[in-house]
Amino acid sequence: MRGITKIFDGKVTANNNVDLDIYKGEILSLLGENGSGKTTLMNMLSGIYFPDRGQIYINGEPVTINSPREAYDHGIGMIHQHFKLVDVFTAAENIVLGLEEEGKLDLARVAEKIQKICDTYGFEVDPKKKIYDMSVSQKQTVEIVKVLYRGADILILDEPTAVLTPQETEKLFTVLRNMRSAGKAIVIITHKLHEVEAISDRVAVLRKGEYIGEMKTSETNAQEMTNMMVGREVALNIDRPAPVDPRPKIRVEDLTVRSSDGVLKLDDVSFTANSGEILGIAGISGCGQKELLEAIAGLQNVEKGSITYIHDDGSEESLLGKDPLQIASMGVSLSFVPEDRLGMGLVASMDLTDNMMLRSFRKGKSVFTDRKTPKKLAEKVVDELDVNTPGVSTPVRRLSGGNVQKVLVGREIASAPTVLLSAYIVRGLDINSSYTIYELLNLQKKNGVAVIYVGEDLDVLLELCDRILVLCSGRVSGIVDGVKADKNQVGLMMTRLGGGDTDEQ
Amino acid sequence: MSSKANQEPLLHITKRRAMPWQAAWAVRIGSIVFALIICAIITMAATGLDPMSVYGTMLDGAFGSERKIWILGKETAVLLIIALAMAPAFRMKFWNLGGEGQVLIGALVTAAMMIYLGERLPNPILILLMFVAAVAAGALWAGIPAFFKAKWNTNETLFTLMMNYVAIQLVAYYIIIWESPKGSGKVGVINQATEAGWLPRIGDFQYLLNIIIVALVTIGIYIYLKYSKHGYEISVVGESQQTARYVGIKVDRVIIRTLLLSGAICGLCGFLMVSGTDHTITTTLAGGRGFIGVLVAWLAQFNPGAMVFASLLLTVLTRGASEISTIYGLNQSFGDILTGIILFCIIGSEFFINYRVHFRKGVGRRVDGGSKPAAVAETAGDDPAEKETGKEGADV
Repeated sequence: MRGITKIFDGKVTANNNVDLDIYKGEILSLLGENGSGKTTLMNMLSGIYFPDRGQIYINGEPVTINSPREAYDHGIGMIHQHFKLVDVFTAAENIVLGLEEEGKLDLARVAEKIQKICDTYGFEVDPKKKIYDMSVSQKQTVEIVKVLYRGADILILDEPTAVLTPQETEKLFTVLRNMRSAGKAIVIITHKLHEVEAISDRVAVLRKGEYIGEMKTSETNAQEMTNMMVGREVALNIDRPAPVDPRPKIRVEDLTVRSSDGVLKLDDVSFTANSGEILGIAGISGCGQKELLEAIAGLQNVEKGSITYIHDDGSEESLLGKDPLQIASMGVSLSFVPEDRLGMGLVASMDLTDNMMLRSFRKGKSVFTDRKTPKKLAEKVVDELDVNTPGVSTPVRRLSGGNVQKVLVGREIASAPTVLLSAYIVRGLDINSSYTIYELLNLQKKNGVAVIYVGEDLDVLLELCDRILVLCSGRVSGIVDGVKADKNQVGLMMTRLGGGDTDEQ
Repeated sequence: MSSKANQEPLLHITKRRAMPWQAAWAVRIGSIVFALIICAIITMAATGLDPMSVYGTMLDGAFGSERKIWILGKETAVLLIIALAMAPAFRMKFWNLGGEGQVLIGALVTAAMMIYLGERLPNPILILLMFVAAVAAGALWAGIPAFFKAKWNTNETLFTLMMNYVAIQLVAYYIIIWESPKGSGKVGVINQATEAGWLPRIGDFQYLLNIIIVALVTIGIYIYLKYSKHGYEISVVGESQQTARYVGIKVDRVIIRTLLLSGAICGLCGFLMVSGTDHTITTTLAGGRGFIGVLVAWLAQFNPGAMVFASLLLTVLTRGASEISTIYGLNQSFGDILTGIILFCIIGSEFFINYRVHFRKGVGRRVDGGSKPAAVAETAGDDPAEKETGKEGADV
């Protein structure tokens, strides 16, 4: 790619004069902070956007890529963060979907071809299995096979490991290495530096839409890559101050939750969250983390069990069967940073001020809303958390992911909580923003807040949390000490209750 | 299949971030001008009349005399109050299509009280009772579907729509009971001699009170939606019920409360029409304005201020269309065709406010020079969307 420039709306320059080389038989990591233009650049290669300037060459030939279909014709395939699969179709049906092949649809032949691809690279796919029966990692495999089935030689993976366990990640990496040996060119977008080091041959760094440079992975280290991304020196350690006077704050006993269609989501979960401590919750996504937090926050119907809040004076009160308003009126300051930021925590079309009001608009007897206080709060959050926004009257949906999260976290912390629930609080955030958030969590911890941190990156969980509760299919697989725990052990506990015997699979 | 050179596709559509409001209004006004040009061409082709004089007659039909201006004001007020009633519900993404029925039921209750209590109560008390009863009836008519939506998540579009037919049949039933003279199938003017239950008129202006009341409702709804806590809750529920629950807003309560308000304003509209201006009731009292009000609310994007202009525009068009059909001996349909074209262009112009259309550079004929859009329109035929893109291309 040569001199690629993409300008949105004549204002926002997403990519400026970027040159990027992608080689056969090599894995390239594309690094950059949020909004540095990685995904935009790759979207231009895969035909979703069209560059305003610049030229894409494949094998030395200048080419035009007007649509994803044309990208396929050039052997370029992209695996997006959000899978694009039809749930009620089988793997094979999804893989051939949209292909216009001669003659009748022959699923047996398709299955044969899929099997051949799987054998070559070491995948496991059951062509007859329906997508809704699959785990996240299996769905991802289907996406990759789909791209290979169309004859892709250049594969782009946008944050493929964000949803995987360490074991699944390792499996994916094995497959990627096999593809590399087979001469495919692979581009992987990721925020996790240790993965960059583990898998890629070369690293290219983008910052604010500009190409900064590239280097051989073997000749660099995490610190250097981070500095290139951010543009200055950044400390890469997460602090873990010792818990301050930990006292039980929330006690959960025998909590059992079923989803509206009767699926068992939480099964006899018991634990205690202490003040002045960060309790991590680890688990493969969809193992009941969401239900657990929502049950505590009063948003989830509970089948049985109890959730008890322990006041500072030692008196106890049940949170069960109370909605968020009732919980607040008990004098419990409970903050919740949900997984779905724009769908649950914030109102996307409203501006920063109006979003700050969400928690506080009921205050006062007047029938009219007070916008002055939330406006000040919005300005304070923008100022203190360094939110990149044109102003406090900008709809939050226009902000980038990291800034949206800062607005949400800023609001939730502003209410001086005693309990802070957070789900995937750094998902999709770049290193710099992530570290800001970790610092904020530690600050809350020092202030004596009981922090519950649902995370997906085990390295972070192990560095940040005082204790880690591991969930496996809605049950407690174990609670481990954050300081002593071992990554592999936790990974195993995520897939098997107690992390015990390894004779299956 | 692709050429060697880096060729941009001929036409490219991208979403705009935000258009300054001046530019947005320029596009909207441009779309009306464009619509008038298309209408002129069609008028000439279909009737052979001079389009300028047709437009003149339309304006004359709307503004031609003092009486016509008063009628315009009255009709605009009716349309506006119905659109205002829809606004809170629509902000909440509750598609209330039952305006027609809610207006009729308010009108029915008003008429009933005029007939049965007309001679028995002092006029101020009677009017007050009529007002309360009409508002309550409208609220009930909207409250029923809202309750079902809140409790069992029924489809509000179908439910409110069906409630219209119930209301129409109820009115039809009572018209037969109340008909006067017998056998006419009409109610006739109620309490013509005593004027019992008639809203007082201000000076000589029969319609002025209605217009003032609707103006007050407009200001009220504007403040309610923009500055009240209820209005804020409505916006949150409309954007995301998840978020609303997350901050402890009781979604079902907000739905029912908002629809009671929506129905109440429709009931008020029925009251104003029967007690204030018509003094009679027919099944076509609302005359489809329950639905045109929906259109007005959408055109104005649920903004009460913009609704004033949208309802005025629609009323001018309707009045003008009926004027040209009488003056030129055309049937009513021709006026409707013109109205339809104008509305289509106005609504279509929103596309160009939200999206930008890029043309491949270097296909000079299409891009350079502001003088070309007309030529583009010719090559593109009568599709207004194409013409608009031509204009966009020239803007770039």
